[in-house]
Amino acid sequence: MSDLAAFQEEARTWLDANCPESMRGSAKSTEEMEWGGKRAQGRTDDRKVWLDRMASQGWICPRWPTEYGGAGLDAAYANALNQELRRIHAQRPLMSFGISMLAPVLMEYGTEEQKLRFLPDIASGRVAWCQGYSEPGAGSDLASLQTRAEDRGDHYLVNGQKVWTSYADRSDWIFCLVRTQPDVSKHDGISFLLFDMQSPGVTVSPIRLISGSSPFCQTFFEDVEVPKGQLVGTLNGGWTIAKRLLQHEREMISSLGGIGSGSGDEKRNGPIEIAKKYCGEVDGRIADPIARDQLAQIRMDERSFGATLRRSAAEAKAGMPPGPASSMFKLYGTELNKRRHETLISILGAQGLGWEGDGFEDAELQETRDWLRSKGNSIEGGTSEVQLNVIAKRVLGLPD
Amino acid sequence: MGLVLTEEQTLLKQTAREFIEANSPVSELRRLRDAQEPAGIDRKLWAQMVELGWAGATLPEELDGMDLGWVEFGQLLEECGRTLTAQPLIASIALAGECVLRAGNDAQRTALLAPIARGEKLLALAHQEGPHYAPFEVATRATANGNGFQLDGSKTLVLDGHIADHLIVVARSSGETGDRAGLSLFVVNPTAAGVKITRTVLIDGRNAAKVELADVAVGADALLGEVGQGAEALEAALDRGTAALCAEMVGSMSAAFEKTTEYLRTREQFGVPIGSFQALKHRAAQMFVELELTRSIVLDALTALDEDRKNASQLVSCAKARCNDSIFLIGNESVQMHGGIGVTDEEDIGLYLKRARVTQFTLGHSAHHRERFAQLEGF
Repeated sequence: MSDLAAFQEEARTWLDANCPESMRGSAKSTEEMEWGGKRAQGRTDDRKVWLDRMASQGWICPRWPTEYGGAGLDAAYANALNQELRRIHAQRPLMSFGISMLAPVLMEYGTEEQKLRFLPDIASGRVAWCQGYSEPGAGSDLASLQTRAEDRGDHYLVNGQKVWTSYADRSDWIFCLVRTQPDVSKHDGISFLLFDMQSPGVTVSPIRLISGSSPFCQTFFEDVEVPKGQLVGTLNGGWTIAKRLLQHEREMISSLGGIGSGSGDEKRNGPIEIAKKYCGEVDGRIADPIARDQLAQIRMDERSFGATLRRSAAEAKAGMPPGPASSMFKLYGTELNKRRHETLISILGAQGLGWEGDGFEDAELQETRDWLRSKGNSIEGGTSEVQLNVIAKRVLGLPD
Repeated sequence: MGLVLTEEQTLLKQTAREFIEANSPVSELRRLRDAQEPAGIDRKLWAQMVELGWAGATLPEELDGMDLGWVEFGQLLEECGRTLTAQPLIASIALAGECVLRAGNDAQRTALLAPIARGEKLLALAHQEGPHYAPFEVATRATANGNGFQLDGSKTLVLDGHIADHLIVVARSSGETGDRAGLSLFVVNPTAAGVKITRTVLIDGRNAAKVELADVAVGADALLGEVGQGAEALEAALDRGTAALCAEMVGSMSAAFEKTTEYLRTREQFGVPIGSFQALKHRAAQMFVELELTRSIVLDALTALDEDRKNASQLVSCAKARCNDSIFLIGNESVQMHGGIGVTDEEDIGLYLKRARVTQFTLGHSAHHRERFAQLEGF
């Protein structure tokens, strides 16, 4: 038996013994998954057990070097591990902005000391990270951010405010864009700082959405002291890092379920069963031809989108440079998700109008909340309008 | 998994593109139209395509074909679509040819298909009867008599019908109009008594005909396959013809889109290129998104046919509905963005709009395919 085959068999054995039953099968939402850190909420024993066991194998970030907390696996071995994880429908042990957004830029721009200091805690889920980017006055125009970091000798003094900071109230550290040079053009005076959310001067308040409570927060900084060793990259060179990280963020959003790539078998026939229930059923078909037509459109769009994702992946695998199609994934996926929820909510009719309480099933109330929440999809992570600008400029070469 | 072209497929596509660019720019369609060329195709160009092996592209080698797949066929059609090149590929090979290939016996296949591959003959499939595409809404009657059959009825939108050497006619042997069961396929000679073929002049300058059948007598050997059991072969042929048309549509809408973005970059008003206006940028970006999605699903459908996947028919319907919607958007937006010249006959972009319209309603408009998709998916 080859080394690879032996590894796969060992992985299978280990997983059978170590993945708790409740950690097999999809989670209902990303909010119910394990986000790591010391301030995690709603954590079950199984979630912690699964996280720690996978962390001890280095299998949360299996392709990372072992000195950074990974298992040092190459692509073939990581693929074998993935197969075994999929075989038992193992849930992701950790959702982490540290892994999906911070780690790639740390590896590209950080010092070796910073990598050794921060990456292992990311890979084990011991430290949970949040993202300090947007401000009330700096959304689509992120570069106009105003949070200040003044040079105070051995540290920076940070004052300002961030908004849309996901999970700030249960994060341990923050990666934060700050202005370190106010009198130059806006892109040239930005720096990338890392600091502890427990530092004196940091306060957090949650943001309520039209859909109810959310992981988003406002984050306030009043005279927060940040050691200079926690600057990533060069002073005033943070915009380049910020942009790289946004690319990773867009990839992450596109890869999550709910973006219409056909994730989760349970979810896929959901809309059809819902339509049969609320519109009636004749000979096994949805009784309302208009609802059927609308659902057919959604399902067909999912197929086209899925084919586009697979084509892009196939091109990447064949060694072709990233094609223009990849710039439209976030745009199309989120707009499709919104349309899907619009179709579902209209099928629910009056039963889709409930906020809470009696007279509505849990699933109905959930769909209503999901429909409301979906309005944010085309705004967060770069609005649809910004995506269209990017396509027009970078792909079509239309003039400024 | 086929969503990336192989080296051979890419080479085939490049060769086709060079051939079409050199021999059949869009001005050729204009010339055929203005000269009111009776055949509706350029016979010389067709002969060149035959030379390249295109006439037998998907036919098996034992019938003088190239034994290529539908992905390859799709690449040829896409390149033709880019310049709105008039050719009988879909009608003869995909639609009629597949009926013969799947339902015919060896003698029929050899007699009918080998001449196709060699470019000596053309076929056309006469299936549609009403204004809306509905494969089983067949009222044309096939009545068995002593020596063979008698055919009565009428057909519309018969692609390349007036230049076909043989028509493959879908007629009903039993059942009611709308039944899938009871359909039979017949080889009909256009010069037979009772056959009346009228070429229809469509907005896109391409070939379609109406066919009347009044007491048309055909021999027993004109029947392809079994009486009343033609639906399976017919559906398979329609799926392949539809997928091929989708490929052609991808070519046409791509070319229209490229012309439009070029216009946006170069046309100046108010001292600036009009492509600098955000509203137009956004609309152009939307077209781009639609085009990429369309390209992917069409390639997926063609690949599914080649791999004989169980859900190939769903993907074909998916592809056709999307092609219809995308070409509608791109066709209309392209004319609009060209401003005044967009509605002149002199400018080529109007030719793309006209062809777009015809393709939307050939082999099924979007609502038909959404319904078919839902049916095949079980909802």
